[in-house]
Amino acid sequence: MTQVINIQPITRIEGHASIGIELDDDGNVSDARVNVMSLRGFEKFVEGKPAEELPRIVSRICGICPWMHHLASNKAVDGCFGVTPTPTGSKLRELMQTLAHVEDKLLHFYFLAAPDFVIGPDADYAVRNVIGIAKANPELARQVVRMRFAAKMILDKFSSKTIHPVAGVPGGFSKPMTEADRKEILEKMGELMDFALFTIEFAKKEIFPKYLDAIQSVGVIRTGFIGTVDADGALNLYDGRIRLMKPDATYFEFDVGNYADHIGEHVEPYSYSKFPYARCWNEGFSMDLEDPKGIYRANTLARINVADRMATPRAQAELEEFRETFGRPAQATLLYHYARLIEEVYACERAIEILNDPEITNPDVRAEVEPKAGRGVGCVEAPRGTLIHDYSTDDNGLITRANLIVGTTHNIGPMNMSVSQAARTLIQGGRVDEGILNTIEMAVRAYDP
Amino acid sequence: MTVKVASEWLNACSGCEISILDMGERLLQVLELVEFVHIPALMDHKYFGQLGDGREIEIPEAEVGIISGGVRNEEHLEVAHEMRKKCGVIIALGTCATHGGIPALSNSYDNAEILERYYRTETTDREDAYPHQGIPPLLDACYALDERIKVDIMLPGCPPHPDHIFAALAALVEGDTPVLPEKSVCDTCPTVRKGKGELKDIRRFLQAPAYTAADEPLDKMRCLLEQGMVCMGPVTRAGCGGDAVHPRCISARVPCRGCYGPVSRGGNQRLDMLNALASNGIDIRSLPENVSLLRFSGAHRQLRPKRKET
Ligand code: SF4
Ligand code: SF4
Ligand code: SF4
Repeated sequence: MTQVINIQPITRIEGHASIGIELDDDGNVSDARVNVMSLRGFEKFVEGKPAEELPRIVSRICGICPWMHHLASNKAVDGCFGVTPTPTGSKLRELMQTLAHVEDKLLHFYFLAAPDFVIGPDADYAVRNVIGIAKANPELARQVVRMRFAAKMILDKFSSKTIHPVAGVPGGFSKPMTEADRKEILEKMGELMDFALFTIEFAKKEIFPKYLDAIQSVGVIRTGFIGTVDADGALNLYDGRIRLMKPDATYFEFDVGNYADHIGEHVEPYSYSKFPYARCWNEGFSMDLEDPKGIYRANTLARINVADRMATPRAQAELEEFRETFGRPAQATLLYHYARLIEEVYACERAIEILNDPEITNPDVRAEVEPKAGRGVGCVEAPRGTLIHDYSTDDNGLITRANLIVGTTHNIGPMNMSVSQAARTLIQGGRVDEGILNTIEMAVRAYDP
Repeated sequence: MTVKVASEWLNACSGCEISILDMGERLLQVLELVEFVHIPALMDHKYFGQLGDGREIEIPEAEVGIISGGVRNEEHLEVAHEMRKKCGVIIALGTCATHGGIPALSNSYDNAEILERYYRTETTDREDAYPHQGIPPLLDACYALDERIKVDIMLPGCPPHPDHIFAALAALVEGDTPVLPEKSVCDTCPTVRKGKGELKDIRRFLQAPAYTAADEPLDKMRCLLEQGMVCMGPVTRAGCGGDAVHPRCISARVPCRGCYGPVSRGGNQRLDMLNALASNGIDIRSLPENVSLLRFSGAHRQLRPKRKET
């Protein structure tokens, strides 16, 4: 008789998904998949709404990365209305987005992923969580809560509303930065920079070495990668060209406006979420573990794989060290955590760079816009990957059509593959325990925010 | 003494849960007062047992149940019922749970239209059937929580301010009922109001409002509605600024869009806003559309699909 295991819900991730595993008569895995459980229909219900209102509507797609949707949406509306934001307006947007990355990576690493590493994948679920960490290591926990909160409160204080932001507007930003704001934020950034460096050192010394075996084995698959780079080929989170890399490390770049020529979305019967894939490779779509077709990954590991370099010195040093050990492109799924901490260093350095730009306090933050018919494609790198908003408007500037490719979805195919790989290696002869099931979930968690 | 808490998210974005974390160091204080027995965002308790071999959704008993998000599919409904069964007090956390929130904008359409658009975009490969295996079927609409189960405490906001989440939990630990603001956003807004104006038309939010300098305090800026742009402050429940802080959007020089839902439970933000404008002599036809005035409170059948021609 076949046995079915339902890991539901997948926990310590953002959103609703479950894992279904089927065992055959011998207790080996015959099928394993990730079901994405929710569908909200933003593509439909934004139709007819004034385009300038969209940045405040679509942010509700995700409460962990609302700045990403808010800003990709603003860029798309800029495109529809044919406006270029003022230089300082763009800088303030990028600063907010970069700070949101700083906060998000701390949240993900310490609150969501760390319990598997610090407490251990086999520990009782009652302690295998951030509350367990707080009890086991109160000093570190207090520091983590304080630093994440500091990053969050910079955003909250300056932009007034950071879960579902409102300060990005078509044409730029809603309010200028004063010299007093700038000084205060710069000072806090110093502390966050130190904490980013502490975190990556701590992880490299205390955490990753203990899990080298897991890193080399859990959820490992071979795929291509996607990410945004600037004109020099350096990783950029806010703007640039999209680089799509094949598993053999060859790549090409395109403007995001042409995304539909390169990316297709496949539909599977067991998931509300669609499965983006590289249509331009002309090989179709397959999640076969031995011979995948069209599969690429997004998010931290993907971005540092496609980039030639990091644009800031400390992050660059970290990338060099990483590449020396793991090569390019690095494929091991749990390396997403390592890559996340390299990006954390970059985000802190980049935020400080922007704050030191004399133009950042220029009061000219918002260009005037006029509603009109047009089309705009806006893109930023969200924590979970390349995020694309594509809108068309009518003469009155109301939305006539919207297409969204959300960061998370790029990794739905790869996530299914990683789960299948992990389940097949870990479950044999019907032997299943909580530690094994949680280790399979770790293959999903690596891809989260 | 600690209080057991179970927390769930339904048709939600996780912003409400992040707002719980945004209590900052008070979070550590909360963790000493409450014991989480189920919270998928942070803890690995599973519906079907830790080995995934159960048949029915099971959530441990708790004194307090916190639920964010509206009810949009059969799994949400099942989880909501199980929470009601196992929890003493149910808190609806956030405007999605209290009034449907942004996802209830989908109530202007039937499911066929939503699915048709999502699975037929220009980048999507065409499949004959929509996904249906191992995923919960959609209900006919997006419901606020109190349309499907009894709710004891409503904590609106998209998301609710951490001060109020903290106050609510602190009150419940003491066995008290939390006291929340009941006024309108305007009642907490310091901008300058001069009363009925010369205004005839209402503008979209396409230019910055008038104010003199980046550091000009809010109580020197003219009310945004009186400057001629739609601001939903008059028809929206106060609270977004938390304890003694100004309304959030106005502080960013941006008009309110109503994310705390209507001032009184059964209020209709669209009708109330149109009435407020009309009674001030403003031509409401100058608005490009008005569905988005209900963007946060489209549940409770306030938004419905347009009747089809037969
Ligand atoms: S109320 Fe707002 S923050 Fe809360 S779940 Fe709904 S959209 Fe997210
Ligand atoms: S209408 Fe808007 S700006 Fe005017 S008082 Fe009310 S909330 Fe403040
Ligand atoms: S001003 Fe209005 S839209 Fe903005 S946070 Fe407050 S209630 Fe929500």
